[in-house]
Amino acid sequence: MNDFNYEKVTGIDAAVSAASGASRSFLGGGTNLLDLWKYDLAHPEKLVDLNGIDELKDITELPGGGLRLGALVTNNDTAYHPVVQERYPLLSRTILAGATPQIRNAATNGGNLLQRTRCYYFYDPDSPCNKRKPGSGCPARDGHNRMHAILGHSEQCIAVMPSDMCVALAALEAEVRVTGPAGERKIAFADFHRLPGDHPEQDNTLGENELILSIDLPPRGFAAHHTYLKLRDRLSYAFALVSVAIGYELDDEGRISVARIALGGVAHKPWRVPAAEDLLLGREPNDTSFALAAEALLAGSQGFEHNTFKTDLAHRAILRAGAMALDPSCQRPGAKPSL
Amino acid sequence: MPSPHNINLTINGASKQLSVRPWVTLLDALRHHLELTGTKKGCDHGQCGACTVICDGERILSCLCLAVMKDGSSITTIEGIGQPGNLHPLQEAFLEHDAYQCGYCTPGQICSGVALMKEGRANTREEVKELMSGNLCRCGANTNIIDAIMAVKDGEHE
Repeated sequence: MNDFNYEKVTGIDAAVSAASGASRSFLGGGTNLLDLWKYDLAHPEKLVDLNGIDELKDITELPGGGLRLGALVTNNDTAYHPVVQERYPLLSRTILAGATPQIRNAATNGGNLLQRTRCYYFYDPDSPCNKRKPGSGCPARDGHNRMHAILGHSEQCIAVMPSDMCVALAALEAEVRVTGPAGERKIAFADFHRLPGDHPEQDNTLGENELILSIDLPPRGFAAHHTYLKLRDRLSYAFALVSVAIGYELDDEGRISVARIALGGVAHKPWRVPAAEDLLLGREPNDTSFALAAEALLAGSQGFEHNTFKTDLAHRAILRAGAMALDPSCQRPGAKPSL
Repeated sequence: MPSPHNINLTINGASKQLSVRPWVTLLDALRHHLELTGTKKGCDHGQCGACTVICDGERILSCLCLAVMKDGSSITTIEGIGQPGNLHPLQEAFLEHDAYQCGYCTPGQICSGVALMKEGRANTREEVKELMSGNLCRCGANTNIIDAIMAVKDGEHE
């Protein structure tokens, strides 16, 4: 654990300029960063505390019907916000399926997007790991890989992005609004997190010295038909082995007019395949339809010694989630299976 | 070496001035600087909940935040919940329902339980279990802990 300097800033410009230069880290809730620092996996020279920047702490309506979630709003404040609960209950329920109340009271929206994998080898500073030390190897491929990816992995890395909230944000097609020395820009959620490819050390496409300002939700929230289903080794307080965020709308004849499905626990980013969603258009929301989508969503799935169960489990989870989404009131705390 | 920062914390209603290096966690500030050892260090990595305290009305993990981050905040620790001879209803319920064995997770359980009841979001037993899942008990008193909280929630301990 290294010594570091600390500065609390009250404005966005101050944050961006305080961050440049020495290896720094923006500090939100600290619930991931301080954990990494204690394990000697992160070595910030300076922490720039963002919690004094009031303009990042709001949830505000956007013209056109969307909702802007400030980057410094806590995960709990977001999940329990009345507008989020009413118009984006998928996001609310997904956030509440992750971590614990104590963690969610501190963890911020921006920080949630930036949390790092919990791969056992990444978390062991004495272990080779291409994400921590490019070129050193990936022991997970032939090692303990129960929690690891079945989709989108590369020779270099089979790590999984562990956030629940991000799975819902992928299904909701959020945008991440950021700023930095080059000014403000928006990143489509599907483009925010990367697949590992040849550069597993890069989790996302955020530029150096760029600061997340907000997560912007479009108007469509799937309030009528949605669910988050999280399957894990414990009933609570554990990362997903496989999770499904699903939302759809039905036309007057009860057929699907639009659908979004994202999987968690299976890849380096929330896993969405728009072509799989298109297969549901005009179909009834039943097992036969969701099985078609599941097959497309899981095409190319390839597991490792300890996680091949995930492919079949994900298939069945998609079917169950599709059925649960017909009546969101059946959702249980902790996103446990219901029906 | 980075200089110490002077900060103010209100702890159980009393104003305290501290001089701490930036990397001192709130947990270590409470235990070492303020000698309030009721709050326990279980895992120091945010995985067990033993270090739970109430900060500005919300339960948080003191091991996962820095003391400097809480400059100006108001903290309630287990030392500020009930007193010998005048226990908080939840502490009485813990006695009645045998909700602790070794006692190590207990300060965190009580701070967490007090905050949970104030949040007012857990109604059913399943919801209480889910919202207490951040406090682990290796002795296995979990069922009785939930019993104790449900008893206070249902008004059995005034």
